[in-house]
Order: sequence, then structure tokens, then C-alpha cells
Amino acid sequence: MPVRGWIEVNDMYCKGCELCISACPQDVLQLDMEHLTPKGFHPAQLYKDGCTGCAICSIVCPDAAITVYREVTKKPATAAGGA
Amino acid sequence: MAREMLKGNVAMAEAAVRVGLEAYFGYPITPQTEVLEHLSARMPELGRVFVQAESELAAINMVYGAACTGTRVMSSSSSPGVSLMMEGISYIAGTEIPAVLANVMRGGPGLGNIAPSQADYNQAVHGGGHGDYNLIVLAPSTVQETIDLTVLAFDLAEKYRMIAMILTDGSIGQMMEPAELPEMRPVVRKNWDWATNGAIGRERRVLSSIYINPPLEEETNLRLMKTWQKVQANEVRYKEYYLDDAEFVVIGFGTAGRVALSAVRAARAQGIKVGLFRPISLNPFPHAMIDELAGKASAFLVVEMNSGQMLEDIRLTARGRLPIEFYARMGGIVPFPDEVLSEIKRVATTKLNTTLHPRDAWLERFLAQSER
Amino acid sequence: MTTLAIPENLVYTRPESLTPVHNHYCPGCTHGVAHRLIAEVLDEMNLREHTIGVAPVGCSVFAYNYFNFDFVEAAHGRAPAMATGIKRVLPDRTVFTYQGDGDLASIGMAEIMHAAARGENITVIFINNAIYGMTGGQMAPTTLPGQKTTSSPNGRDVETTGYPIRMAEILSNMDGAGYIVRRSLHDPKNIRLAKKAIRTAFETQQHGLGFSMVELLSTCPTNWGVTPVEALTWLEDHMVPAYPLGDYKISEHVAAIKL
Repeated sequence: MPVRGWIEVNDMYCKGCELCISACPQDVLQLDMEHLTPKGFHPAQLYKDGCTGCAICSIVCPDAAITVYREVTKKPATAAGGA
Repeated sequence: MAREMLKGNVAMAEAAVRVGLEAYFGYPITPQTEVLEHLSARMPELGRVFVQAESELAAINMVYGAACTGTRVMSSSSSPGVSLMMEGISYIAGTEIPAVLANVMRGGPGLGNIAPSQADYNQAVHGGGHGDYNLIVLAPSTVQETIDLTVLAFDLAEKYRMIAMILTDGSIGQMMEPAELPEMRPVVRKNWDWATNGAIGRERRVLSSIYINPPLEEETNLRLMKTWQKVQANEVRYKEYYLDDAEFVVIGFGTAGRVALSAVRAARAQGIKVGLFRPISLNPFPHAMIDELAGKASAFLVVEMNSGQMLEDIRLTARGRLPIEFYARMGGIVPFPDEVLSEIKRVATTKLNTTLHPRDAWLERFLAQSER
Repeated sequence: MTTLAIPENLVYTRPESLTPVHNHYCPGCTHGVAHRLIAEVLDEMNLREHTIGVAPVGCSVFAYNYFNFDFVEAAHGRAPAMATGIKRVLPDRTVFTYQGDGDLASIGMAEIMHAAARGENITVIFINNAIYGMTGGQMAPTTLPGQKTTSSPNGRDVETTGYPIRMAEILSNMDGAGYIVRRSLHDPKNIRLAKKAIRTAFETQQHGLGFSMVELLSTCPTNWGVTPVEALTWLEDHMVPAYPLGDYKISEHVAAIKL
């Protein structure tokens, strides 16, 4: 079973630039066309299962809009901190 | 030529092209970058010279070089960039060669902002560069005037062998108005008797601003002074509106003058006997006319988009003969006609201050008003 | 660093050294990535409160709004001189400049050359996107031959405007330089390498080992006229061949630093 991860995209920063969508190796990101940020962008969102918490989206995000989580497994996992 | 909608900066650039601009050296800076961009396409198209220099400092020195050869050369910039050109301007002035410059003024000091201001009046008129020199300074208030004064600038620069500067602002540079460009003239490479363009079949010449021997430098300074006297005698330009029966006079140049004109017209419609005097040549300054008006009017109201720079030149000439009122917006803010109209009404109806410096009186009123 | 307990399932969060402000850069502009990497590095090195940044004139003129530490605003091109002024009087502080191609390689050419020659212990982050962004897309000294810009509307003609300037190569010749590298921000791998380089550059400064610069190949989707994702491809296809990535100078002392 691949590790389960999830992300939060902060509306205050996301500009819908789609760099994360293009970079995501699991293809689980898309723009949320039903929603607009306060600045008028369609923000990125997880739209299906499969996120592994690899954090590549946060590496390419120019706005540091993404917070990444990954479930802690029984074996000692990577400690929390920067990518 | 037909009238067309033209943006101020583009009109200025194209007008220069039409009257034989042979070389342009510049650097991007808002709000005048359109001049550079327009010429980056036009000059190569016409087989003429265009260089985007590495900085304004480099650009003015490129202008200096080209000017020494007697070609029609121009640069343009905006306030912080013009500050960088001051050394070069002093050198060009000391070398007594023609060049045309444009300053599309913006808010300052320092990096400031990209909005229109008139805060470089002192820099242009009272010598921003070192030493004793003058620039011919022309201040348009419309796109058409920008075109006409650009054409004039080249002729005056060559006639007197000095720099002619178009002192405009971001408002006029960016606005689009119907205007008419001159017909395209062919480039005429004049064979000036001072130009260093290769001593083929003639004695060699040297162009420089160094006069290491002080008596020779003094001679040069005297020569510059005598030339300037000729400019003062012949090249004063201004425009008068409703002065025949005016009781008091609003004075403003460029955009401030234009805004004041709207206010003056509105005031006249309300029966106030006010007129407008708009200097077009800021250097040479129309002192004689101001002197004459100071003897007749009951007051002056000076309107500027700076802290009162032309104000001091007006005060100098008025010699305390009448109250002088002042209204200013600074930092890139353009006053609205109704602000000036309020001032006109105040001048027309209230007792005017004759003790405080007009700037201090204005500041007091302005701050009190802002607090309300 | 926050004193709250870090959830053990947190992999990545926005760095402390970035202010909680929506920035004005265009969507997808890699200025944001560069800002983020600098912030992450300064957080990891615990230098936030000891850092003074020098902002340029260019799109990043408002960089001072985005970093959560002291900042000054330089005149166009003069950031290395301003940084020199600050570092000389406060040698124990971390001082860096953040400059674009116009600021560093055009008007600021003299200042960057001399800061490097003097071996100023400052760090320079050089954003190379082959164009003048803020003023609307004019040609830069780094613009590629044939590249269309608003002041080279028919494509950069090398006959009249010369060739692009490669700053990493040029500055690597300076004896005063300790660490001069070029990296890119066009994909996750290169972004990670860029972050390591930024870390090494700040370590160079920490150890007093001379002038350090990281040149970062960056995108300008708006003025290149492409989407943010297309811009990354354009960078990889066109800029990387013209500006080879790599280490141009690493002094032996810098090489010996254990990160």
C-alpha cells in the first residue's frame, strides 16, 4: 500500500498557476473551477485519492500555498520539517 | 497630416523621427518606456541608430558622443534616470553641443512611484548637474504641444549649441489625444563647423569640457552666459488665457496648468474675473511677463505638482508687490479641477495672507483639510 | 521557528521567513519559488533575525513585503554597493541581494563586478529570466539571440545589440569570489538543487569565505507570452543550453564545508 498523504491549499496565496498540477506524479490535482479565491483565481485542489504526500507540489509552488501531510507509518518515518 | 489618436510618449518619439532624429540612446523606465519601445522599431526600420544602453548613465554618454559628431540625437528618461544623467548633462553643456532630452516626470524623491509629478523643475531649470550652465526647458501640457515642442527642441538645441529638454510628466506621456504629427522630413546631416566627425581635408577639432587653465574656463563660462542672454531675449514662450480683464492670475505649467485652465474656465462661468498664465519655456523663464502681471494683478495663485519650485521664481520676480497664494499636490497626485476652483474662489473672496510664506500657508490649510 | 509542536504527519509548510502576504508576482512566476527557497534556507539555518535583504528595482522591487526580516530598497543596480555598506558595518549579520537581469547585469554591472572583486562577504541571488519584467518586457542583457521583446520587436539582432551576458562565468574569474553557481527552477529536481546551492551560498557567507552568487534561471510567463507551465519548458529548451547549469567557482574552503 502506498503511503497516504494529503494537502491543504491556502486560498490566500494560490494563483491557479497549475505548476503543481503539472508536477504531481500521481495526477491527483486539478483547478477547482467551482471556487474562486479572494483574488479571483481558481485554486488547486486534490480531486481524487492517491496523494502520497511526496510534497513535489510544494516544491514547485511559487506561492508557498501548499501544506503537505503524510500519514505516519509504524516504522520510524521521516520527521516533520522542510522538504 | 491628419489628426490621429496618439499617446504622448509615442507622439514625442515619432515627432523626433519626423524631424530627422538620427540616433536614440535610452533605457527603460516607467512612465516613458514607450519612447524607447517605439524607437526600437522605427529607428532600425529607417536605417537610423537605436541602442538600449545599459543604464541612463551610459545612455547620456552615448548621446554625448553622438552629439559631438553633429547628428540629431536624443534620449529620454524619467526622474530617477534623469538624476543619473546629470553628470553627462553638465559635460554636454560644457562642451557646447546640441542634444535633446525628455524627462517624463514621476513622483519622488528617490525611487518614488510611477505617477505624474512636476518635482524636477528645480533639477531642470536651476541646474541639476554641477557647474554654471543652462538647459532650454520646454513644458508641454497636451500631446499636440509635446509634438510641437519636440520639433522646436531640435531646432533650438542646434541654434544655440546646447541641450533642449522637454519637461513633461507621466500624465501627458501616457494619455492619448488627437494630435497631428509633422510630415516626414529627410535626415539632413549638417556639416557643422564644430563637429568632430573626422578631419578629412580640414584642420582637426577637439570637443571637450575640460579647461584646465582657469582663465580659459572663465572665458567659457562667459561665453555660455552670453549665449544664454541671447536665448533669454529670443526664446521665451508662454500662453495667456482670459488675462485682459483678469483681477487675479493663476499660474501653472504642464499638467498643473492644464488642470488650472479647466478651473479658470469654470470660475469664469461663475463670473469670477480670473485668468491663467501658463509658462511654456520654463528656462528661459517668462520673468518679464510675470513682472508685468505682478504690477497689475491683485494676487497670484500658483498651482504646481511639487512643493513649490516655480513658486520661488514667481516670488522672486513679483518682489512682494502682491499676495501670492499656492496650491500643490505632490508625490504623483494630479489635482482635480475642482480643487483648483475651490482655491480660486477662496482667493476671490477671502482676505489673503501676506505674512506667511505661501508654501507654509498652503501646508497649514492642506493639513487642516486632510484632518477633517 | 514556531514554538508550537510540529504535527508528526506534517511534511511541508510555508516557511516562517515569508510574510503571510499574497505576493504580486504573476501566477507561475518563479520569483515565488526563489523567494520560498531563500526563506526555507534561512529558517533552516536559524538566520531570520540576523538577516538584512537588499531589494532591487524590477519585479521584485517589493520583495521587502514578502520576507519576514529587515530589508532595504536599493536604487536600480546598486544593491551590491548597498549590501557592501551594510555588511561592512555589521559583519555578523547575513546580508544578501536579490536582483534581476536588468538590475545586476545591465545598470548594475559595475557594482556587481566590484563587490565580487573585493570579495564582499555577501550573497547574491541573481534571477535570470532573459527579459525586463517590471517595465513590460524589454530586452535584457540576458535576452537570447532572436528573442522577441518590446525593445527588440523583430528578435534580438546580435549585429546591433550584441550577445547575451553570462554572469556566472564572468564572476567566477574573480579571486574574491568563493561560490559562484548557476541553477534552474524549471522542475522539482532542479529546484532542489537550487535550494542546496542557496544553502551553500549562505554557508559561504557564514564562514566568511568571500562573495557568493547563485544565478537562477527563471521564467517570465507574462512577458514571454506563454502559460506558466509552457514557460518551464521554454526555459529548459532555450535557456539551459545558452546558460549551462553548473558550478563555476567553488573555492576549496567552501567545498570543505559540511552542510
